[in-house]
Amino acid sequence: MRQKSILERVRLLGRSSIDVLAVLGRSCLFLFHALVGRGGIGGGFQLLTRQLYSVGVLSLAIVVVSGMFIGMVLALQGYSILTKYGSEQAVGQMVALTLLRELGPVVTALLFAGRAGSALTAEIGNMKSTEQLSSLEMIGVDPLKYIVAPRLWAGFISLPLLALIFSVVGIWGGSWVAVDWLGVYEGSFWANMQNSVSFTDDVLNGLIKSLVFAFVTTWIAVFQGYDCEPTSEGISRATTKTVVYASLAVLGLDFILTALMFGDF
Amino acid sequence: MQNRTLEIGVGLFLLAGILALLMLALRVSGLSASPATDTYKVYAYFDNIAGLTVRAKVTMAGVTIGKVTAIDLDRDSYTGRVTLQLDKSVDNLPTDSTASILTAGLLGEKYIGISVGGEEEVLKEGATIHDTQSSLVLEDLIGKFLLNSVGKEPRDAQPDN
Repeated sequence: MRQKSILERVRLLGRSSIDVLAVLGRSCLFLFHALVGRGGIGGGFQLLTRQLYSVGVLSLAIVVVSGMFIGMVLALQGYSILTKYGSEQAVGQMVALTLLRELGPVVTALLFAGRAGSALTAEIGNMKSTEQLSSLEMIGVDPLKYIVAPRLWAGFISLPLLALIFSVVGIWGGSWVAVDWLGVYEGSFWANMQNSVSFTDDVLNGLIKSLVFAFVTTWIAVFQGYDCEPTSEGISRATTKTVVYASLAVLGLDFILTALMFGDF
Repeated sequence: MQNRTLEIGVGLFLLAGILALLMLALRVSGLSASPATDTYKVYAYFDNIAGLTVRAKVTMAGVTIGKVTAIDLDRDSYTGRVTLQLDKSVDNLPTDSTASILTAGLLGEKYIGISVGGEEEVLKEGATIHDTQSSLVLEDLIGKFLLNSVGKEPRDAQPDN
């Protein structure tokens, strides 16, 4: 039971903040080198296609299914509230705006962090722990260019597309519940939606949101894999960190972006 | 061919994403392919525009013929000036047509309804609709009802501009 002196505590505080800053600096350098420093994607189209497949196409199922259910639930809840005021035609506009502005980008990014982000981290972490990355370097192949860059670009490209698909499927599910099941008049369902949704304010702002989320999520995932301790425990810690950090970053950034885009100030 | 199916999958994925964007643009936000239809501007001054917003629709006989593009306060007459953008195809509105602010349903949005007058002359670009009917404000109505004066006092004089 040795009491820590005050000086010792101050030292620990200083050390942990230096560690945090060092990680931030490393991740920025890493991103810079992977995207611009080393001259584009190594291996060209082949590697990118392969990553687009594993990051984007394989995430399609979970995104479509959850988008469908979220749209249906929104329509059900919206209907049960709006029908009290006799304005159940507004269900269409409610579902569309909620999906386009918030739930589409955010939920897709969260699912993406869990489905594709964790896989990216584990894959790269495993490459590191089995020394594949250093052997690549040894034979003169740049791992940043051939391993990291294609994965980063695949993430940047797929997440916005997934978010768009999520919104469309959600709106379709919502219309299925509201129009076909609950009997909202189809004409006013779509007309109300088209009147209130604007392409630039809602669709494009949602797209910008998902671009930002794609950038942050993929960056965190790939960096955590690249920077992890090369042990099996280190890989599991890095995977957990990816999901936690990416989810928190997405939710926090979402608040800031919403305040900037829709906050009227 | 493992590589081939993979590439087909990616291609389909990209197509699905672009298709989703198109669908959001056309079906959900109602972005029409030819937004640059010919329009002309008309002004209308209202005592109270409470609740009317930019992009609200302008209708005649229930048919949408234009939209509200700007709302500002006229400093001289202390009335709200609403700028209406009407389709060029509807260029036969008499100058004494009436513009009124109406509500769609109980809690619905506000829009402008135009009813036809009898004048020979028609509204041109930049013209002003003088005959206007302001938005119904619930509080005013309740106030009048409490004072038991609904229908007894003459309708508010229209602003002359």
